[in-house]
Amino acid sequence: MADAPSETTTQEDSVIRVTGLRTQFGAQVIHDGLSFSVRRGEVMGIVGGSGTGKSVLLRTILGLNTPRMGEIEVLGQNTRTITNALKRRCGVLFQDGALFSSLTVAENIQAPMREHLKMPQYLMDELAALKIAMVGLPPDAGPKFPSELSGGMRKRAGLARALAMDPDIIFLDEPTAGLDPIGAAAFDNLIHELQKSLGLTVFMVTHDLDSLSAICDRIAVLVDKKIRLGTMAEHMRDPHPWIQEYFHGPRARAALKDDIPAVV
Amino acid sequence: MTDRPGWLESSVDGDRLILVGGGCWTFDFAASLDLALKALPPETRRVEFQMAQLDAFDTAGAWLLRRTQEEFEAGGASVSISGVAAVYAPLFQLVIEAEKDHPEIDRAYVNPLVAALNRIGLMVFDAAREGANLLNFLGLVIVTLARSLASPRRLRPTALVSQIEQTGFNALPIVGLLLFLIGVVLAYQGADLTRQFGAEILTVDGLAISVLREIGVLITAILVAGRSGSAFTAQIGTMKVNEEVDAMQTLGLDPIEVLVLPRVVALLITLPLLTFFADVAALLGGGVMVVFALDISFVQFVHRLHDVASLKQFLVGMVKAPVFAFLIALVGCYEGLCVGGSAESIGQMTTKAVVESIFLVIVADAAFSIIFSTLGI
Repeated sequence: MADAPSETTTQEDSVIRVTGLRTQFGAQVIHDGLSFSVRRGEVMGIVGGSGTGKSVLLRTILGLNTPRMGEIEVLGQNTRTITNALKRRCGVLFQDGALFSSLTVAENIQAPMREHLKMPQYLMDELAALKIAMVGLPPDAGPKFPSELSGGMRKRAGLARALAMDPDIIFLDEPTAGLDPIGAAAFDNLIHELQKSLGLTVFMVTHDLDSLSAICDRIAVLVDKKIRLGTMAEHMRDPHPWIQEYFHGPRARAALKDDIPAVV
Repeated sequence: MTDRPGWLESSVDGDRLILVGGGCWTFDFAASLDLALKALPPETRRVEFQMAQLDAFDTAGAWLLRRTQEEFEAGGASVSISGVAAVYAPLFQLVIEAEKDHPEIDRAYVNPLVAALNRIGLMVFDAAREGANLLNFLGLVIVTLARSLASPRRLRPTALVSQIEQTGFNALPIVGLLLFLIGVVLAYQGADLTRQFGAEILTVDGLAISVLREIGVLITAILVAGRSGSAFTAQIGTMKVNEEVDAMQTLGLDPIEVLVLPRVVALLITLPLLTFFADVAALLGGGVMVVFALDISFVQFVHRLHDVASLKQFLVGMVKAPVFAFLIALVGCYEGLCVGGSAESIGQMTTKAVVESIFLVIVADAAFSIIFSTLGI
């Protein structure tokens, strides 16, 4: 978001571009020739059954796994040669926050600032307090340790750390898993608000149909080692049996009150 | 993103302070912008920010602008901000909203002397509370142990045998090797001294008495504290973090009975046995040293040992073993049950368990020495 206005207005430029990605563990092929791109400023949701490699895809884009074949570009840079400058422009929220347990919430948020920039302590304190307020944590959360927070608060603290350096892209791994429906809805709302205000691109793995329908612009479904991209309405017309079951099962019907008829 | 650095130019026009900002007001340049903004004269009636030349703006820049605005307004000035591009309006609004919820952002200053005193006080308080809790736990374990002895089926033979294997049998090689070497060292040091008096045979006396009364049991206890006491804390602590201990309670299993008793009883059995083994290893090490380095034959060594190493000396050492075992197991299990929340606390508690159990073993050893000397044993 720290870019000139001219860049944010061109909607079509893609911030993540994956071409011909193949991921393999031993003889087991997880992804076979995935190609897709994520546009600047959109919210992309990734769904798929257990073991289809949603988290693996996320980790591969982040450069934590090396792909067997194919290229991944994040913000125009190949992830095989990932740099610290690029890492600064990506924020990640891991499933349970992955907060450093020996640091307080405020210190967790300051960790990337301390690492990448030279800033006076009071300014880092001010900025950490600002981020804490931005993610809706109470002011007294700053000096607490992660173990003293509830699951929902840890997620918010993790989000604050992911947003610490004002990244262009944030990656979320099941952000609403383990939250109660009200907490999950509030978290969806928070992500949506921040995404709009900060002009973020969001790439999130989720199983939460409410999140998918509420905040995702496009949804990528991982089936048969391939990816299918589309909006919610497009997926609902997809005849693939798994996708049909996913978007038309009883849980999906409860989450989506629209009456888009099933194909089968 | 890494284009022009953020800059700020100030000029005075009558009672107006005109501030022109531009470049990248981002994290990268926040520190220098902060300095420039802090250096502005505070006594101003009207302040005008002209921000039309911004190349980039993020939460750090927005925060600096907002903070400066508030500081001037608190001093009674009127502040106007113009020229912030429309794309940055939501961001600036977000920062204003967040800051409103969050008036307390200053870090309280603490006098280092007060902080140090506070820390010492807290540590003393913690130590006292820890002692009281440990006594409490001791009572709990003894009551549970008594109840289990009344119906021995509750002693869980499988867990007990497994613990005996881990704490006793598996410790044999390291205890044997270490005590053998200590025997060698003791004999060597003793020989240096006795040779001056031409009474080299007295080396055997020194060796036998020190090993049997003190060294054998003490070194074994310290080794077991480091090896098994820490393992107890880590095992129970891991179960605590995984909520296994809570699950146990909901299933009607008593964690003291299931987790603590087998470990306490196992150590009560194995530490005396290990001590006996350690005594033998140390005497053997000393014997090898004496035979090879001094002019004493193996037969002479055994003969002398037989005279010196009376049953009394052996029992004086041996009687301490169950006490040490109880202390080590108690502290190890107690700290394990104190683990809470994070995996990090397992590490902390394990360290604490080892330090505390070694401390208590040495304190107990000192107490035994005083008792024995008073009783003239």
